Amino acid sequence: MSPEFIAGIVVFVLAAFVGFEVISKVPPTLHTPLMSGANAISGITIVGAIIAAGFAEGNAATVLGFIAVTAATINVVGGFLVTDRMLEMFKRKPARREERNAP
Amino acid sequence: MTELLYLASAVLFILGLKQLSGPRTARRGNTVAAAGMLLAVIVTMVDGDIVSWGTIVAGLVFGTVVGAVLALRIQMTAMPQLVAAFNGFGGLASAVVALAEIEHVGIALPGETAVTVVLSLAIGTITFTGSFVAFGKLQGIVTGRPVGFPGGHLVNAALLAGIAALGVAAVLGDTAAWYWLVVAVAAGLGVLAVLPIGGADMPVVISLLNSLSGVAASMAGFVINNSALIIGGALVGAAGLILTLQMAEAMNRSIANVLFSRFGGGGGPSADTGDKPVNRATPDDVAIALAYAGRVVVVPGYGLAVAQAQHAVRELATALEERDVEVGYAIHPVAGRMPGHMNVLLAEADVPYEQLFDLDQSNPKFPQTDVVLIIGANDVVNPSARDDASSPIYGMPILDVDKARTVVVVKRSLSPGFAGIDNPLFYEDNTMMLFADGKAAVESIIGALDDV
Repeated sequence: MSPEFIAGIVVFVLAAFVGFEVISKVPPTLHTPLMSGANAISGITIVGAIIAAGFAEGNAATVLGFIAVTAATINVVGGFLVTDRMLEMFKRKPARREERNAP
Repeated sequence: MTELLYLASAVLFILGLKQLSGPRTARRGNTVAAAGMLLAVIVTMVDGDIVSWGTIVAGLVFGTVVGAVLALRIQMTAMPQLVAAFNGFGGLASAVVALAEIEHVGIALPGETAVTVVLSLAIGTITFTGSFVAFGKLQGIVTGRPVGFPGGHLVNAALLAGIAALGVAAVLGDTAAWYWLVVAVAAGLGVLAVLPIGGADMPVVISLLNSLSGVAASMAGFVINNSALIIGGALVGAAGLILTLQMAEAMNRSIANVLFSRFGGGGGPSADTGDKPVNRATPDDVAIALAYAGRVVVVPGYGLAVAQAQHAVRELATALEERDVEVGYAIHPVAGRMPGHMNVLLAEADVPYEQLFDLDQSNPKFPQTDVVLIIGANDVVNPSARDDASSPIYGMPILDVDKARTVVVVKRSLSPGFAGIDNPLFYEDNTMMLFADGKAAVESIIGALDDV
C-alpha cells in the first residue's frame, strides 16, 4: 500500500472518532436539522465532481462530470439552505415569546 | 498549500457540526459548515488543473437552481423525503466520481485504489437507489407497506455476495465491464433492501442512508486521494450511525431487525377488535374535559403531520393557556418520519421550544396530568409494549399516557397503527375516542371551547 493510502486510512479513522465525539449528545429537537446539515456536508464529494468534470475529455467523461457536479451541487446547496430554513424557525421562538409576555 | 486549505475546510465542518448540536449555536454552525464547503469548492477550482470549465459551470448553475428551489419550496411535513432525495444525489455523485476516475485514468489502477473505486461505486449506488425508494415511500409514490417476497433476504444476501465477487473480479481483472456490473447489482440491492421496510421504520432507514452517503463520499476521497472528502465523509458517516443507533434503540430493535424483519406498514394481522366497547366522545365532551383541566399534554404522532394539524393544535393550546391551563407536548423519538421531525413541525407552528418534552422528561409527569390529547399517534402510546410480553412491540419504550387521569384519542378509526397491533388503551374506562380527521377534530374542539 502506498504511503498516501495509509495516511488516508489514518485520517478516515480519526475523523470518524471525531464525528462520534462531536455528535453523541444532541437534543432530539435538533435531530432533523443535524441530519440535513450533515447530509449537506456529505456533498463534499462536489470537490471530486469538479475535479472529474475539469479533466473531462470526450463525451462519456463530459456526461459523467456533468451528472456528478449537478447531483453534488443539489445535495450541497439544497442541504444547507433547507437546514437554515428549519433552524430559522427554531430561532425566532424566544423573541416572539418575550413579545407576547411583554405588557 | 492546497492540502492545508482543505484541512481548514475540514476544521470548519467539525466546528459546524459541533455548533449544530446545540440549540443556541445551531444556525451559525450550519453557516460555518457551508463556509467550509465554499472554501473547498474555491480551492478546487483554483488549483484543480481544470481544462474544461463549461461542464463545471453548467453543473453548478443547474444544481444550484434545482437545490435552491427544492429547499425553499418544500413543506415541512415533506422534510423526510427531501432529505432522502438530497442523500440520494450525494450517493449518486460519489459513485459517478469513481466512474469518471476509471474513464480518465483507465483501469490500470493500483490495487488499493481499485478497491476504493469498487467501494465508492457500490456504496454510492446503494445510497442512490435506496434513498430514492425511501423517497418514493415517504412521498406516497411507492406503497409504505413492506413489499417483499419469500426469500427476499436471501436474494439480498446473494446480491451483496455478488457485489463482493464482482468487486474482486474488477480489482484483479482487465476490463472496465466488471465495475459497471458492480454498479448494476448495487442498484438492484439498494431497491430491494429498502422496499421491504415499512413506513414506521423510516427514521432508522433515513439515518442509515445518511450515514452511507458519508461513507461513499469518503471512499470517493480515497479514489482521488483527497483529504477533504475523506474527512467530511467520515464525519457524516459517524454522525449518521449515531442517529441510526439512537432511533433503533427508541424502538427497542436492532438495526438488523429493522432491515430484515419486514415489520411495520400495516401488513400484520389485525386483532379481533369488533366487540369491545369504546367511549365515543364528541368535540364538546373533549372541550369540557380540556377547559377544566389543570395540566394538558398533547401527544402528536405522524397522523398530525399528515392532517397538517400542527397549526390548529397550536391555536388550541393558546386558547387553553388563556384559561390558565398548563399545556405541554410529549414527543416520542420516532413520532415523525425522521429523527426530530415532529419537533420541526411544531416549531413551524410556533410552539415554544420549552413546551416540548422528550420521552424521559414526559413519563414521570403523566400521573399528574389531567388530560392527555393524542393526535395521530398509536404504537408509541400502546401499553402492551410495556405490559404484554407476547406483543410484537413488547419492550419498545412508550409514553405512559394511560397513567394520566383522562386520555383523549383523536383518530380516524379504530384501525391498528403501522405495527398492525391492537391498542388496549382505546378500550380503557378513562379513554375517550374522538373519531375524526386530526385537523377537523382540533378545529371543532376549539369551536366547542368557546361555549364552555
